Amino acid sequence: MSNSVTPAIDGGASVSREQAAGAAPALRTRALSLWYGARRALDAVDLDVPARRITALIGPSGCGKSSLLRCLNRLTDEIEGTRVEGEVRLGEADVYAPDAFVHELRRRVGIVFQRPNPFPLSIHDNVAYGLRLLGIRSRRELDERVEAALKAAALWDEVASRLDDGALGLSLGQQQRLVIARAIAVEPEVLMLDEPASALDPAATLRFEELLHELAGRYTLLLVTHNMQQAARVSDFTAFMHAGRLIEFGDTDALFTNPRERQTEDFITGRYG
Amino acid sequence: MDRLHLTQHISRQFNSEIEDVRRQVLAMGGIVEEQIAAAVRVLVAREAGALGEIREREQRINAAELAIDEQCAFILARRQPAASDLRLVLSVMKMLADLERIGDEAKRIARLGEHLLNEESGADVTAALAELGHVARDMLRGALDAFARLDEQLALDVMHRDRRLDGSFRSVSATLVARMQQVPEQIPVELDRLWCARSFERIGDRCKNLCEFVLYLVRGKDVRHSGLAKGDAPRG
Repeated sequence: MSNSVTPAIDGGASVSREQAAGAAPALRTRALSLWYGARRALDAVDLDVPARRITALIGPSGCGKSSLLRCLNRLTDEIEGTRVEGEVRLGEADVYAPDAFVHELRRRVGIVFQRPNPFPLSIHDNVAYGLRLLGIRSRRELDERVEAALKAAALWDEVASRLDDGALGLSLGQQQRLVIARAIAVEPEVLMLDEPASALDPAATLRFEELLHELAGRYTLLLVTHNMQQAARVSDFTAFMHAGRLIEFGDTDALFTNPRERQTEDFITGRYG
Repeated sequence: MDRLHLTQHISRQFNSEIEDVRRQVLAMGGIVEEQIAAAVRVLVAREAGALGEIREREQRINAAELAIDEQCAFILARRQPAASDLRLVLSVMKMLADLERIGDEAKRIARLGEHLLNEESGADVTAALAELGHVARDMLRGALDAFARLDEQLALDVMHRDRRLDGSFRSVSATLVARMQQVPEQIPVELDRLWCARSFERIGDRCKNLCEFVLYLVRGKDVRHSGLAKGDAPRG
């Protein structure tokens, strides 16, 4: 289904919002609102996240980017006093259905945070952690899947000879790739990244962005970033949020050269204040 | 004047860089416009000895082109502009090339005009060339105004004027060819005049390019090679 869509980064015709929407989005929200107590953090967000593409979420601090991520795999369930209205669909599945299985949802929709948060375990066991939770016991299968995940996260070559070393001894850039490996080991469909490169130095950031490109063909990536240039560099689509509302969503090339909305223009050009 | 809010960035430094680039483009355009006026004076008013001043002006135009181009490169490297800021820098970099070439055409006209200083024949042709020069200069002024004010309609008006200039050029060419056929000894003189007419026509083409970049800047849509939309009629 998504094979019919030309990726926006391949130099061909860029994918319009309508075309992308037509290619069965991986995630879809309709009139999604979120309250933290009395404070409304999301206001009727309608967003289609294109499958196996990189979508960047940009906007000023407090605009609801991270809250939106947390609604998509129901991390908001863990926060006291939150209330969600509206609809989130992962493929056909209703994420907020009363009989939805939250653990399975979170396997399908993984999340990576700003600070790498490896467990105080070995490199191998960090990646194997989720697999063990899924009930995989065979050492051979665990080893194979750990290797595949570390390779996909572009970390294998650096750690293959020391899989039993502690994960906390890795550099920040390596730790962040390890966390990605841990997330993709359980074969999610969507990988959400909340400011994943903001703790990394410039070289590690570029390397990380390269990894995102490699992952994009296999996973749907949803990236929250404060770094506008990063959004412009790595994403196929960009969503601009402000005050809990989705202001504009579109092809990244178009949004960064000729945004439709004045608010988007003001934000991406540094006139917002 | 600032329809695109080009100078409303949080960074005042960026505002002043953007404003500086616009101001420099307009200043360079002003010098190019003087160059056309000087060329017309040589060709029509038979002003002698103007070439030194024209050469000096050409050097100022070239220096302005380099300086503005460099300034644009700095903005791209340091600011990573987006949206209308990006379109401004891209437009300016392309407009510079057209402005510089307009200056070259004017210098060529002045050089040819020097050949024709003592030519007595063809007052009517000289008048027609003067009219071409007048329209070309007017188009440049219009294009620069459209850029200064980010005025789409003015840019469209100038683009439509190019058709008129093309028509006048064809008519002058036909006259000159007829004269060559009638008095073959005059062919070198008429050829010089034909080259002058051709240069004015090329100036018009380049002014049209300038206006296309103004439209790109304002609308975010590239109108080159696509023809104008139905609504893009001239005023009046």
